[in-house]
Amino acid sequence: MLMNRSKGDRLFDLLNGAFFLVVLAVVLYPLYFIVIASISDPGKVNTGAVWFWPIDMTLEGYRKIFEHEALWNGYRNSALYTLVGTAINVALLMTGGYALSRKDVPGRNIITLLIVFTMFFQGGIIPTYLIVRDLGMLNTIWALVIPNAVSVYHLIVVRTYFETTIPLEMLEASKVDGCNNTRFFLRIVLPLSLPIIAVMVLFSAVVHWNSYFSALIYLRDESMYPLQMVLREILVRNSAQELMNVEDMAAQQDFSELIKYGVVIVSSLPVLILYPFVQRYFIKGVMIGSIKG
Amino acid sequence: MLKKIAKSYELYLLMLPTLIYFAIFQYGPIYGVQIAFKQYTIPKGITGSPWVGFEQFERFFSSYQFWNLLQNTLLISLYELALFPIPILLALLLNQLTSQRFRKLVQTVTYAPHFISVVVMVGMLYLFLSPSKGIINQVLMLLGFEPVFFLAEPEWFKTVFVFSGVWQNAGFSMIIYIAALAGISPELHEAAVMDGASKARRIWHIDLPGIMPTVMILLILNIGQFMSIGFEKVYLMQNAVNISSSEIIQTYVYKAGLLNAQYSYSTAIGLFNSLISFILLLAVNMTARKLDQTSLW
Repeated sequence: MLMNRSKGDRLFDLLNGAFFLVVLAVVLYPLYFIVIASISDPGKVNTGAVWFWPIDMTLEGYRKIFEHEALWNGYRNSALYTLVGTAINVALLMTGGYALSRKDVPGRNIITLLIVFTMFFQGGIIPTYLIVRDLGMLNTIWALVIPNAVSVYHLIVVRTYFETTIPLEMLEASKVDGCNNTRFFLRIVLPLSLPIIAVMVLFSAVVHWNSYFSALIYLRDESMYPLQMVLREILVRNSAQELMNVEDMAAQQDFSELIKYGVVIVSSLPVLILYPFVQRYFIKGVMIGSIKG
Repeated sequence: MLKKIAKSYELYLLMLPTLIYFAIFQYGPIYGVQIAFKQYTIPKGITGSPWVGFEQFERFFSSYQFWNLLQNTLLISLYELALFPIPILLALLLNQLTSQRFRKLVQTVTYAPHFISVVVMVGMLYLFLSPSKGIINQVLMLLGFEPVFFLAEPEWFKTVFVFSGVWQNAGFSMIIYIAALAGISPELHEAAVMDGASKARRIWHIDLPGIMPTVMILLILNIGQFMSIGFEKVYLMQNAVNISSSEIIQTYVYKAGLLNAQYSYSTAIGLFNSLISFILLLAVNMTARKLDQTSLW
């Protein structure tokens, strides 16, 4: 096959390869730059001397970050919210998804329709806020993990997974053995669904770890802020100056940039560390979803 | 029938928590949308507040912000829609890479930014686009241009918003098309090669038609989200200087509703927004079905 590739095709391959090298650079360079900027002398970074490698290496930015109490408090809060939120998400997705995948349940189609409808039409943030408030969830962890407990899209993906992977004969056979639905779900279905559980844990965890808007709306107490809210203060609202006592005003400004670069790294660390291990599951998740959206 | 229902009681119990969730947190707000036609006050509650008809809507349509909000919302949405083909194009080209390892590498790298949080993403924009210290302006100055404060100039806001989105999500959106491409029968390509078709022709005549159903579904879904721009990101990118270009309907709803406690007024604005989306979705889906293409239902 390779032998009779035409001239045109070879040119095409060459250009195509070159194009994707450029794409790689465009995606990677900003990320790489953040790493080198976070360990370079901030004065050098801000005057445009740092391009390809760190200059006048310093860990001063990271030292300041480690002393930043609010940041670590946010880290702990986010870990808790992610853990609880993900547990709730996955529990509901598995039970609900399985029950809806069973074709012998009367009313399954109408229920599915009602659920899918909410994907395209919602009450909006104000009516949702009023309900969360009326339930007394304001300023509690529940406001962050309950109002978004089930994603319709994920529920449909899980349902499709069960429909296509759990053979009907298995259910029939277990019924003959006197196994009821609950036992069948716990003993047979769940152990067969580890791949989809892994995918859903990952999807949910990333969403919880990265979310800030629920906290912005529902939390008043700053000590409860998740990491992303603390990051918003530092990165977006320019409050990095508060966390240090540098005399010189210009140096202080430079320094705040250094801390920002470092904060980007530190806050993305959990996802960065997990990413190489879990990325194939993410692909799998999208693939399963694409069988029938 | 009753017997059948009784027989599957365990399955209903399994789905009960999910059903309760949808009843309270999805249909609850849909029920609560009625305050758009009322003058909601906290002591009277949703049902007790007096009806005022379309008063809230009229107030919004005649407010001085209305045209500006609508224009910003539509322009950003159209801008995003115009870039919808980018992941398709990337997937088609990536599929042609001859080295498996290079292909894997590109895939792994390009969808990594998807996992960066909005807050960090916007933080990165502030760092890179800073007028004096940001790397983009350093490059501009090296090339002899004047530095631009991208995040403070209204005319730059939409471009920065949309293209940073492409940088972050194009790789991830590509996955679904790559999956669709993998489903195309290799025999088609072999036959075309026999007939002497070039790569470009095979992309055009085999790959593109092959993934068309997927493209249509995603296009319809995209249009269904037409008016719901990633407003968490817009909100973070807003500042006093670019607000004329960055205020969209959803950020305005948040401010009017939650920061200024005008519950009924902002619910009406939100409802206006979601109705437009919903009607668009129905229209596009119907058109797709008429044209005998794939549709959602």
